[in-house]
Amino acid sequence: MTLLAFDWILMVEKLILIAIIVFASLGIALYTTFAERKVAAILQDRPGPNRAGPFGLLQPFADGLKLIMKEEIIPNSASKALFILGPGLAMTAALMTCSVIPWSSHVELFDRKIDLQIADINIGILYIFGVVSLGVYGIMIGGWASNNKFSLMAALRGASQAISYELAMGLSLIAVLMISGSLSLKTIVEEQMDAGSLWNIAYQPLGFVIFFICALAECNRTPFDLPEAENELNFGYHQEYSSMKLGFYLFSEYINMIMSSAVMACLFFGGYDIPFLNEAKLAPNIAAILGLLALLTKIVIFIFVFMWIRWTIPRFRYDQLMNVGWKKLIPLALFNMLLTGALILWKQG
Amino acid sequence: MSIIQILFSFLTVLALFGAIMVLVSKNPVHSVLWLITVFFAISGHYILLNAQFLAIVNLIVYAGAIMVLFLFVIMLMNLNAESEPRKHLWMKFAGVISGGCFLMVLVSLIRQTVELTGKTVLMKEGNIGLIKNLGKALFSDYVVPFELSSVLFLSAMVGAVVIGKKD
Repeated sequence: MTLLAFDWILMVEKLILIAIIVFASLGIALYTTFAERKVAAILQDRPGPNRAGPFGLLQPFADGLKLIMKEEIIPNSASKALFILGPGLAMTAALMTCSVIPWSSHVELFDRKIDLQIADINIGILYIFGVVSLGVYGIMIGGWASNNKFSLMAALRGASQAISYELAMGLSLIAVLMISGSLSLKTIVEEQMDAGSLWNIAYQPLGFVIFFICALAECNRTPFDLPEAENELNFGYHQEYSSMKLGFYLFSEYINMIMSSAVMACLFFGGYDIPFLNEAKLAPNIAAILGLLALLTKIVIFIFVFMWIRWTIPRFRYDQLMNVGWKKLIPLALFNMLLTGALILWKQG
Repeated sequence: MSIIQILFSFLTVLALFGAIMVLVSKNPVHSVLWLITVFFAISGHYILLNAQFLAIVNLIVYAGAIMVLFLFVIMLMNLNAESEPRKHLWMKFAGVISGGCFLMVLVSLIRQTVELTGKTVLMKEGNIGLIKNLGKALFSDYVVPFELSSVLFLSAMVGAVVIGKKD
């Protein structure tokens, strides 16, 4: 049969990889919700969820079950198709990022070399940037389709915030690209792993700070969670949502957090690189597992910082948010770009 | 039929269907969403032509930024199917006829071009669309037009700021 002539084994391999990564990210997101409540509890000096299971470890399953069991309500005046499309789109956009992240080096199974990355495309960073810019549709469509003034206001806020911070994010990325000379995330990570080269954070401290702030804004995390400002907007863009549709919106926020942590780890903190260890000396399978653990550790640290900030810093006012985005971060990012370019030229002589 | 041909026909049908739905939809928000579908389909075509950079920039700039602004404006103005003014029948006829004429001109142009006759599209080969080659071409062979267009962008930006100022 020559109808579909291509490598079927590769296809199966990639499908298994996609399934593992998607379910793993969902599982991690499940426990991120739990971690968020625990971190909040620790920071506010209270015990937090501790009833379901040992140390409250079954709490996320209880929450999930509650969300699924709740009655599904679609408002009469809502635009029905778009109302359902909104949460799906938010979730899809959040999960799409994981396809270009190099989770680890390669493993060797059954005489096949399997890269632990779904697609090593040579426009990896631009792809992430594209997916991030699509993420805003979930919020906008959901907010508009609800046919509720508060939802619409929140959706518009979310959209303008996302567009404003994408600019500074892109500009801070350009400086990283100038150093690495490649758009492929795998190449960027491997360059940081080379003996004698430092992690990109050593060359790009300012770029990292800008990128981190923009990541907070893109994930709608405090102090940039204006689309969900309860005291001004009741509940935010997902006000009319109930049951698992609401769950999808809340969940996609956590997945966004995981993915942006992974991207930051890859761009600035060496990805699956373990400091002071030469991975090339280890057997490839062991190196891959250790690398995966290293990347996961970095992701967990970033997620903790996200939560730490959320429960420490109050929300910005809307004009302050726009001020920081356009008048502070973009000039800073431009300055960082010029500085990096000048230093690279100076080094080349 | 290879997988590329299957993908090509799928994307073409999607693009054409989306484009028709942009025109047919009564609700402007639906129109914008269908337009985004069209952009996705066209980006798929770019990927089939191995022009990855163009594909992703098309998504970032058009689907990610310009369409968000479109949605923004439409949502703020709260346009509905009812509030849209009804057009006269003769206006619709005039539109169909002029559009049809334009289509005929385009089709006949493409059919008559000497450079295009007897050629098939390079699918999945040719690497001018890869970012490295494209960047080299832009910054060496076409550096003057490239810089000129950037000046144009800058002046457009300044113009937007001037218009946006209140007093």
